[in-house]
Amino acid sequence: MTRFVLGRIGFYTLIAVLLAFFTIPLLWLAAAPFTSDPTYEVRVPDFTLDNFTAILEHPYALPSLLNSLILAVGTAALVVVFAALAAYALSRVRLPGRDALLYALLLLSSIITGTAAMVPLFQLAVELNLIDSQFGLILILTGGLLPAAIFMMKDFMDSTPKSYEESARVFGASPLQIVRHVVVPLVRPGLATIAVWAVANVWGNFLMPYLLLSDVEKQPAAVIMYTLYTEGGQANLTLLSTFGLLYSIPVVIMYLFVSKKYGFRFHGGIKR
Amino acid sequence: MAAIELRQLTKVYPGGVKALDSLDLVVPDGEFFALLGPSGCGKTTLLRTIAGLETATGGAVVIGERDVTGVQPGGRDIAMVFQDYALFPHMDVTDNIAYPLRIKKVAKGARHEKAREVGARLGLEQLMDRRPGQLSGGQQQRVALARVMATQAQAFLFDEPLSNLDARLRLEARTFLKKLQRELGVTTVFVTHDQAEALAMADRMAVMESGHIRQIGTPAEVFQRPANTFVAGFIGSTPMNLLDATVRGDTLEVAGCKVPVPSSAAGLLRDGESVVYGVRPEYNTYSDRPADGALGGKVVIVENLGASHLVTLEVAGVSVQAVVPEGNEPAVGDDGYASPRRDRALVYRDGELVSA
Ligand SMILES: Nc1ncnc2c1ncn2[C@@H]1O[C@H](COP(=O)(O)OP(=O)(O)OP(=O)(O)O)[C@@H](O)[C@H]1O
Ligand SMILES: [Mg+2]
Repeated sequence: MTRFVLGRIGFYTLIAVLLAFFTIPLLWLAAAPFTSDPTYEVRVPDFTLDNFTAILEHPYALPSLLNSLILAVGTAALVVVFAALAAYALSRVRLPGRDALLYALLLLSSIITGTAAMVPLFQLAVELNLIDSQFGLILILTGGLLPAAIFMMKDFMDSTPKSYEESARVFGASPLQIVRHVVVPLVRPGLATIAVWAVANVWGNFLMPYLLLSDVEKQPAAVIMYTLYTEGGQANLTLLSTFGLLYSIPVVIMYLFVSKKYGFRFHGGIKR
Repeated sequence: MAAIELRQLTKVYPGGVKALDSLDLVVPDGEFFALLGPSGCGKTTLLRTIAGLETATGGAVVIGERDVTGVQPGGRDIAMVFQDYALFPHMDVTDNIAYPLRIKKVAKGARHEKAREVGARLGLEQLMDRRPGQLSGGQQQRVALARVMATQAQAFLFDEPLSNLDARLRLEARTFLKKLQRELGVTTVFVTHDQAEALAMADRMAVMESGHIRQIGTPAEVFQRPANTFVAGFIGSTPMNLLDATVRGDTLEVAGCKVPVPSSAAGLLRDGESVVYGVRPEYNTYSDRPADGALGGKVVIVENLGASHLVTLEVAGVSVQAVVPEGNEPAVGDDGYASPRRDRALVYRDGELVSA
């Protein structure tokens, strides 16, 4: 009996510690921006808005959020379009070695945007005159996300019955018409999932923009965050916490919006 | 409107399944043609090959004098109803019916007008703004029909369009579909594995078995004179009695009894040869008294068919079935006698019908 009680106590303590581990940073993020002179502790805020005034005055903070938006939306758009077309083709056409190709791409993709390919990627960007260009960065980010996106998208495509498309085909629809009229509406929840996933990925990506964009006016929020230091070389917690909050809000809103609209159900909303 | 002609049509699936084996078939203009056969015999494959959704491995598909073997489905001027109807779930009924016209670049106003017109004809006026998910199975079927009607195609292809309906609705839809086809006069090929459906609706029908057509004819021909034992066993709500027999002059020896040689085979049999004697339970007259040329045995099963009973007799170790009108049914264990109608009984030699 005692042993059981002790076991329970131990179990709940462990849970509490784990929870604290995740909640305390979140609490800090919610409280610190409204606290004058924040430290690493979580304190009850005194609800000042001075920190927000400070971040508004920072020359690169707000524009960097816009840069993040451009990169994220641009990449997501390319990823969704290319992944949908590629996944449709891969799902409907029997190719020898198709699955092997997909798995190889998936494996390699983690290298493209990973550390291993940094140097060649940098050189490639230089050669193609894509260094310090947001468009170039969008292309590289797209390349990194596409294989996984195709993989996920193909799953959606595989699970939609072929007879819809065949029916459209017999009526004389061209392949592109079939994709536009039939396939895209059917896999819309899948497209939404991929778009959200791509946006979140780019939003949080630090390494690639840090490497390929040297012009501070083009850098996204994730990189600007890294420059928020006081003159003394200390992390500037006032700016960091406030900027951190501003940085997370768009992603949270996006998740809420999309999950309300599509519910992130993997097969449906449309099919019965 | 156009006739459909298949010449030596062969379809081999990747992996080597020969789903259609050098098949010849002509469906004349305006005919309602049913394709019947057991599961896996190649009915769907045949329909899809006519539609162009499967490419033929060999042979030709001719629609209205035009060889369309190499033509894309959209260029064949046919319309198809799929087994699951394949109504687009994200479009309302109007848009679904108007979709073929959208592909033909008909302006929105005109095609919606046409959709309403066709919809009204099929009794869909009240449902035009609903999505397919908000319709019953029977309503979905009518929308699918309306959509193919809107195409004004040369020929219709239906893949088991009634199989998703419940038994009651299926009867209604059957009548409705046949009437509609009469009115439109469009050549229609109709796949089913329900032989009652084929018998009831078709002008002519084909019975298929593993990629071959085993018999083509009107429902009456196929029902009354099955060309081989496969068709004989397949057609009919109660399967035909197929009994081993030996020719003895003017009579056949069947399960130890003597029955007269059927009129269709008279003069075509050699004395002493082994054949198969076939008679439908409906053409067996049951009696509880012995009679000349009757098969006598013990009643082992009595099944209720509604207005009649299906009685199974055991005659010298083989089962013989007869349909008995209500009121006269025997009890299990009784002695019973089944007299085949001489003008309806058939003889098969090596599986093929013996006839002049
Ligand atoms: N895509 C395919 N690849 C390989 N074999 C196939 C394919 N589609 C069908 N087959 C095979 O071809 C044969 C005929 O199939 P088909 O679908 O035409 O039969 P069916 O007569 O329509 O049967 P059912 O009544 O069950 O619908 C079957 O043996 C089937 O296994
Ligand atoms: Mg089939």
